[in-house]
Amino acid sequence: MAEPVLDLAGVSKSFGALKATQDVSLTLMPGEIHALIGPNGAGKSTLMALVSGKLAPDSGRIVVQGQDVSGLSVAQRARLGLGRSFQVSSLIPEYSARRNVMLALQARQGHSYRMLWPVRRDRSLTEPAEEILARVGLEGRASVPSETLSHGERRLLEIAVALALEPAAFLLDEPMAGMGAEGARTLTAFLDTLRAEAPILLVEHDMDAVFALADRVSVLANGRVIATGSVAEIRADPAVREAYLGEEEGA
Amino acid sequence: MDETRKEFWLNAVLLIGLFATPVIALMIDEPFYVTLSTRVAIFALAAVGLNIALGLGGMVSFGHALYFGLGGYVAGIMAHHAFSGVPMVFGLSGSDQMLVIWPVAMLLSGLIAAIVGALSLRTSGIFFIMITLAFAQMAYYFAIGWPTYGGEDGLSIFVRNQFPGLNTMQTWNMFLLAYGALVIALVLFAMLRNARFGAALMAIRQNPERVAAVGISPFGIKLAAFVISGMITGLSGAMMADLNRFVSPSMMSWHTSGQLIVICILGGVGRLFGPVAGAAVFVGFEVVFGGLTQHWQFWLGLVLLGVVLFARGGVIGIIAGRERHG
Ligand SMILES: Nc1ncnc2c1ncn2[C@@H]1O[C@H](COP(=O)(O)OP(=O)(O)O)[C@@H](O)[C@H]1O
Ligand SMILES: [Mg+2]
Repeated sequence: MAEPVLDLAGVSKSFGALKATQDVSLTLMPGEIHALIGPNGAGKSTLMALVSGKLAPDSGRIVVQGQDVSGLSVAQRARLGLGRSFQVSSLIPEYSARRNVMLALQARQGHSYRMLWPVRRDRSLTEPAEEILARVGLEGRASVPSETLSHGERRLLEIAVALALEPAAFLLDEPMAGMGAEGARTLTAFLDTLRAEAPILLVEHDMDAVFALADRVSVLANGRVIATGSVAEIRADPAVREAYLGEEEGA
Repeated sequence: MDETRKEFWLNAVLLIGLFATPVIALMIDEPFYVTLSTRVAIFALAAVGLNIALGLGGMVSFGHALYFGLGGYVAGIMAHHAFSGVPMVFGLSGSDQMLVIWPVAMLLSGLIAAIVGALSLRTSGIFFIMITLAFAQMAYYFAIGWPTYGGEDGLSIFVRNQFPGLNTMQTWNMFLLAYGALVIALVLFAMLRNARFGAALMAIRQNPERVAAVGISPFGIKLAAFVISGMITGLSGAMMADLNRFVSPSMMSWHTSGQLIVICILGGVGRLFGPVAGAAVFVGFEVVFGGLTQHWQFWLGLVLLGVVLFARGGVIGIIAGRERHG
């Protein structure tokens, strides 16, 4: 069997008395989209923060491509191949879409201590940036500061920045949030092609997208993984229906 | 006119204006204005240093007087030992050569900035402001309590330190040195800002979490910027000591740190020529209102308040609009 790209073993995290993540073990295999679902407050974003390094786990191990990253910083983990997008768009507000992507490319290439050559004339940054923006459909908006992009465009730019990192695994926290039906469909189709580049750990509330995309689904409730399986298995699981889906369908 | 072009022409006017002032002053025999222009150039140089940390990196250092004073004391102490012939520490002799003093001032400032930065850059906001202030105050009280070099009374430089081929006792020549250093620092600032380093640094100011998430450690970039910033301000301190032929602990006081911040804010934080515009306004106020009233700093404070409330981009921002990053 292939080695997992991302491997979590017994990861726990508490905020005071609140156990936000409890003994979570899960893997992300090459080529797959592994969706992480669960009601609000289940601990999905916390788990993403633990994987990306923003939070340190109280216990457990996080392994990326065979390397234990538990003690590493966010930046170190990013360099080892974790490309993340944020639930709430987190971009460089004054930088244009192009400059946001160029920053990711520069990080990928290293050399952020170069003090002489202007980035504007660095074709190893500008050319791939244009290509990546075109891939997500932002080619006409390259020069617009990210703070003046529309909400949907910022979501796409988040994806573009992750693409620029050429990561070993994508960590996408609710990429469809607030995208609208049309935007969500386009993005679903795009993520479908993306798994060929690198597997995706996908937190998503849009169940149409999850059921269309996921090879495997893990369900979180109160910080615990209560079920993992294929889309069909998860839809049929009574515990899941009770904890989450039933509630959604009833609403 | 498009705003980038406006800024270009404004910069050109400032650059030429700062040079033309002492030239005209010499022609109409008003040497006072040569000294004043030199003062503007040196304060601008100090603020270009601060502008790297404050403007590009968003690090509100309330302790840059530390590097300004350190540079000043390097010039004063080395001159003092060159004059007396008594060696300094470790048997090293003093020097009255600017080309020796300046690198020493910059290296020492860079070293101290590295220590202060390493201890303070993991904090932010008010904590960072307070730590940088605390280090500068420590140095200030240390200088006051060190009688060997004048303590509270400061230290005089009897004959200005020397520069090959120039008579530095003529203020015009001091102006040329300060102006030259300022131009070099401005070129360096522009290069840094446009290069990958600047791209990372300015991004860290806006969203450090995002920068870390793409794989660039904010701490290292900020520390490097802080060290370069301290070095440039340190150089300016050495020049100021030579201009005044005097160095005292007040160069290290929090007033001086505040003045450097005020200069950056007045001119336009993060803007290439912000420190030049800011230093001109500051020294202008000092002269015009300083002659009329003891309370000129009150009026300056009022102007500062106006800038902070109504014109956040300072002089450069008022004329050339917001900065754009392609
Ligand atoms: N930094 C924090 N400090 C304290 N509690 C937190 C923190 N982050 C998240 N929580 C709590 O942890 C729980 C899980 O939150 P989160 O991971 O954001 O859930 P989800 O993304 O699944 O909606 C929530 O009860 C939330 O209030
Ligand atoms: Mg969440």
